[in-house]
Amino acid sequence: MTLATHEVRWSAGGQMIVDGVTLTVEPNRVLGLIGPNGSGKSSLLRLLCRLRKVASGVVTLDARDIADLPRRELARRLAFVEQQAATEVQLSVCDVVRLGRTPHRGAFASWTEVDEHAVDIALKRVGLAARHDQPWHTLSGGERQRVHIARALAQEPRELILDEPTNHLDIQHQLAILTLVRRLGLTCVVALHDLNLASLFCDRVGVLAGGRLVAFGTPQEVLTPCLIAEVFGVEVVIRESTPGRRHIEYVVEHEAGDHA
Amino acid sequence: MSHAVLKPNWPARFALVLASLVALTLAVTVAVTVGEMAIPLPVAFRALGNGLFGLDLPVSAIQQGVIFDYRLSRALMAALCGGALALSGAILQALLRNPLAEPYILGISAGASTGAVCVLILGAGGATLGLSGGAFLGSIATLAIVALLASGTGGGSDRVILAGVAGSQLFNAVTATIVTTLASAEQARGVMFWLLGNFGGVRWPDLWVAAPVALIGFLVCMMHAKALDAFAFGTDAAASLGVAVTRVRLVLLATTALLTATMVAIVGTVGFVGLVIPHAARFLVGSGHARLLPACLVVGAIFMVLADVLSRILVPQQILPIGIVTALFGAPAFAIILYRARRAP
Ligand SMILES: Nc1ncnc2c1ncn2[C@@H]1O[C@H](COP(=O)(O)OP(=O)(O)OP(=O)(O)O)[C@@H](O)[C@H]1O
Ligand SMILES: [Mg+2]
Repeated sequence: MTLATHEVRWSAGGQMIVDGVTLTVEPNRVLGLIGPNGSGKSSLLRLLCRLRKVASGVVTLDARDIADLPRRELARRLAFVEQQAATEVQLSVCDVVRLGRTPHRGAFASWTEVDEHAVDIALKRVGLAARHDQPWHTLSGGERQRVHIARALAQEPRELILDEPTNHLDIQHQLAILTLVRRLGLTCVVALHDLNLASLFCDRVGVLAGGRLVAFGTPQEVLTPCLIAEVFGVEVVIRESTPGRRHIEYVVEHEAGDHA
Repeated sequence: MSHAVLKPNWPARFALVLASLVALTLAVTVAVTVGEMAIPLPVAFRALGNGLFGLDLPVSAIQQGVIFDYRLSRALMAALCGGALALSGAILQALLRNPLAEPYILGISAGASTGAVCVLILGAGGATLGLSGGAFLGSIATLAIVALLASGTGGGSDRVILAGVAGSQLFNAVTATIVTTLASAEQARGVMFWLLGNFGGVRWPDLWVAAPVALIGFLVCMMHAKALDAFAFGTDAAASLGVAVTRVRLVLLATTALLTATMVAIVGTVGFVGLVIPHAARFLVGSGHARLLPACLVVGAIFMVLADVLSRILVPQQILPIGIVTALFGAPAFAIILYRARRAP
């Protein structure tokens, strides 16, 4: 049952931003969160990581309220990759990935082989082992994203929370990262914008609109033309090339003068 | 834990610590021998032997006094002050995620001097509070005001600097008002000299206050070295790595205020050390705080000892306030940092 929320609410600036969300993330499955800009995806993810306090409701990890867990214990269990995270500090790739070992080490603990191993494995998994010593500032946007994912993996979490991990990635790396996320076999919550990727890689999909969870289920159940039209205001056609392989095509009407 | 421990290359660490101590000792030796009364090295060593180990080597009473009671205490105080201010700068830069943060720019020094001047001239708090107490309260008050101002206006890292500038202007104005309207001419002169920083009045009892504060402050900061590293990508990133963000911030900001206030109370305000030295140290040992913080302590200490020597010999027959010397070197360095910080992506 791992990660679950019950009637979770959070408001900021006098506005209800997450409005009564109840959901359960099944163990070792990937849950995709989709929804328009500003629908509260990032906010909900921050509540899942206890980066914000819920106004009401409860977030539980193994049936325990996460507000009661010690911070470091939570960080050894659950890792978070932010939508965007920048720094002015001069760091190398391995410096960043090493940060992932923070919750595993005491204030004066030395760097151990276990730590080094976790960092190496994490870097290999995102395909950046060769960039070990490259300065962070010289990386491309997509490479930075992958380094952040490696940092999260170095935390050796059982729950992994990713906010738009495919941001900045080229199509090859979008597919590679999401394939990796699936292969890890961790309990994952991923905010995504690409509906096809969501349907391809997620076991369950939750749809947020205006802070409310308006649909939750398998991609087949949830990603229907009707719901997409309602939530995103976009007309789509769904085609199935082979059984189970669904393609969501956007119907765009070109204006008459477009090609003239 | 039973896992094999990697990296702690003890011989290398030991060599580094030794090299730092040697460099610091050299700087202090220079400071002890150079000055209006040039004292040869052997005499200096004899005087130190007498003072430190109770030996009875032949040194004239005047030279003994100059070396031991005047120059040595002064040099050691300069070392402590430089180390503490550089440490504070490194902590503030990490916590506020801004390369321009330091006690002077954030107004902590200005607040400390207002507090000190209140005690000195208005007699606020009487004898119980004392100059250091006044400086400490002043710096805590400024920190609170700057933090409130910054978070009230959106809390970005640029806001903190703007709030700090506003705060230091305000407190400098308050200090100037008190001095010009209420102080006697003699008091005013003394205060202005003190405000620009001055190691001249330092005696051994000052060190018995400053040394423990600097040592405890350093240990507290070292305990949080890993947490400071985790702040690189912001407070949310630190929190998701298991750092108790609010507690760490509170403890370290209070430690910085304590370090700064203690130094300001003894030597007056000294700018730019807290800004420039951490950047120089980062250049030498990298950004990891477990190495950076000790490096700041050592480099800051050496810099300040040498700056104090310069302040005594730059203009013959005259002692420049230390703040002027650090500003002469610090201001251009500040401009370079500003330029590079803006260029970064
Ligand atoms: N601290 C805050 N104060 C005020 N409003 C906030 C705050 N945090 C978020 N919001 C608002 O809450 C809404 C949801 O934000 P959130 O970042 O969760 O959206 P999102 O679904 O992740 O969007 P995107 O797809 O653009 O990443 C937005 O309208 C945002 O402006
Ligand atoms: Mg978002």
